[in-house]
Amino acid sequence: MKIVQAFLMTISSLKSNKMRSFLTMLGMIIGVAAVIAMISIMDGMIDDTMSNFSDMGADTISVQLTGKGSNQLTSEDFYQFAEDNGEHFREVSPNISAGVNLRRKEQVKKDMLVYGVNECYADMNGLKIQEGRFLTYADMKTRSRVCVIGTYIRNCFFSDEDPIGEKINIGNDEYTVVGVMEERDNSTEYSWDAYIYAPYVRVSRMAGSAEPNGFTLKMTEPEQSEKAQQVLENYLYAFYHNKDCYRVTNQTSMLDMMDKMISMEKNVLVGIAGISLLVAGIGIMNIMLVSVSERTREIGIIKSLGARQRDIMKQFVIEAAVLSSLGGVIGIIIGGLLTTGMGNLIGLDCSPSIKAIGLSFGISTGIGLLFGYMPAKRAAKLNPIDALRSE
Amino acid sequence: MQEHLIELQDIYKIYQMGDTEVRANDGVSFTIDDGEMVAIVGKSGSGKSTIMNIIGALDVPTEGKYCLNGTDVSSMTDDELAAIRNRQIGFIFQQYNLLPRMSILKNVELPLVYAGVNEAERKRRAMAALEKVGLGEMTKKMPNQLSGGQQQRVSIARALVGNPSLILADEPTGALDSRTSKEVLGFLKELNEEGNTIVLITHDNSIALEAKRIIRIHDGKVVFDGTAEAYRKEI
Repeated sequence: MKIVQAFLMTISSLKSNKMRSFLTMLGMIIGVAAVIAMISIMDGMIDDTMSNFSDMGADTISVQLTGKGSNQLTSEDFYQFAEDNGEHFREVSPNISAGVNLRRKEQVKKDMLVYGVNECYADMNGLKIQEGRFLTYADMKTRSRVCVIGTYIRNCFFSDEDPIGEKINIGNDEYTVVGVMEERDNSTEYSWDAYIYAPYVRVSRMAGSAEPNGFTLKMTEPEQSEKAQQVLENYLYAFYHNKDCYRVTNQTSMLDMMDKMISMEKNVLVGIAGISLLVAGIGIMNIMLVSVSERTREIGIIKSLGARQRDIMKQFVIEAAVLSSLGGVIGIIIGGLLTTGMGNLIGLDCSPSIKAIGLSFGISTGIGLLFGYMPAKRAAKLNPIDALRSE
Repeated sequence: MQEHLIELQDIYKIYQMGDTEVRANDGVSFTIDDGEMVAIVGKSGSGKSTIMNIIGALDVPTEGKYCLNGTDVSSMTDDELAAIRNRQIGFIFQQYNLLPRMSILKNVELPLVYAGVNEAERKRRAMAALEKVGLGEMTKKMPNQLSGGQQQRVSIARALVGNPSLILADEPTGALDSRTSKEVLGFLKELNEEGNTIVLITHDNSIALEAKRIIRIHDGKVVFDGTAEAYRKEI
């Protein structure tokens, strides 16, 4: 008997028992929809978290030089290092901070933090400018007295005025405000919004040191962060011969950890949803067994007409597979809708992944074949005489 | 030596029921030739159904040899028996045994499906068989839309469609009224006159007498084998 023929018989048998076929499929539908929704929503969450983190500079490695003495790596050294290791590092920004007093006209703010960086720093850390511009390469070269301020500082000193182009005193020197950073923490004191950014050469001097003591390096390929970190550490060790003279922090390893954590959560949830697929499979097996015993006489008839064991096997296995893969397809559709709907609800951009669809369709068909096998075998083995005699 | 269509040699069918041994067939031997119409008659429990199952390749004997068309069927596997049933035997059952979810035409096509005949050819042969039994107009109907007599004619068409060497009718009139019974029997006789070999299994002597030759089974043994005229004198 040809597959097509067995398939047609299957359709007629499923149609004759619509309600039961549907209820049997329901288990598969729910299982597949749950698996797809879980995988897709968790993937969406992972992507979202990851992109948030990399906006915040998670693809960077930072170095803090803690060694004492005059023999220190300089910013020139780091620029050279990044250039020499272009396959690992794209950009470098020195960073150094200094506590200063701010003054404009009669207004004074004591103990504010000014951050000395270069032109790359904002992009590296995903910082955005709200008004004006960030520091530029020219500012570094000319050691300009310019600064970019946080919204807290803007609110303190400039309330209604446009701060761009205005002067502000940082320590003893007068600086020109060239930009305002985008608000990050509701413009409160002691937050990101209370920062001032100025060229690092200027800030080093304020901090009383010749060179910045911190550097942030942006990686070329964040996926290979461990390799990059190794290269950097080798370089540092070659210079200092003492691991206590520097501290390297790799943001990406944090990201990896986070990724692992969420993935584990995802696997647990998908596993739980997967159990429902197993239950659905058992439901299909159960209904196929019922179907075999109900159709004993029919099996006897077709056996008397010359159906071989494999013809009967084929028919019942196909019936189980059609039942479960049909359930799988409906489940995929519902899972897709569920994913998009729930994604919208929690404000995530998720779409059902091809991988999830393929996986659950494969699993549902596979379960149909697996759990359909036993009942089919039982049907095929029926003795035609007993089968014909049954009512 | 002439080849018989059916050749039964010392057939034993023994069932073990708990501690007791039931001999459903206790050394049955007879032959049937091509073109014969034979009735196998016996009371219920006489062993006639067992012998029918063996002749119909639904079962194999415990002991003895059964040759159909020169092939030894007595020790075949399940699937080999299925092939014999498919190619060589057309069954007609008391309960018609049509599949309720299929149209008449599809029911008649079924043996050809298992024989691997292609769709166009199947349809052509099934139509021809249905026309032969006078149901050419009803091919799209479902079995439950037909009367008992019509359903039995469908099952005759199904038995004929594979062009078998033997038509095996198990109480074919058992579920029919006397008028339809006559019609069906008449039809079987007609088929026999066309050259088909027919074996009729029945418990009813009056029906058995419609055949040319009668074999009577009692307690698993053949107790009579002769012409209908001889049988009439016997009872």
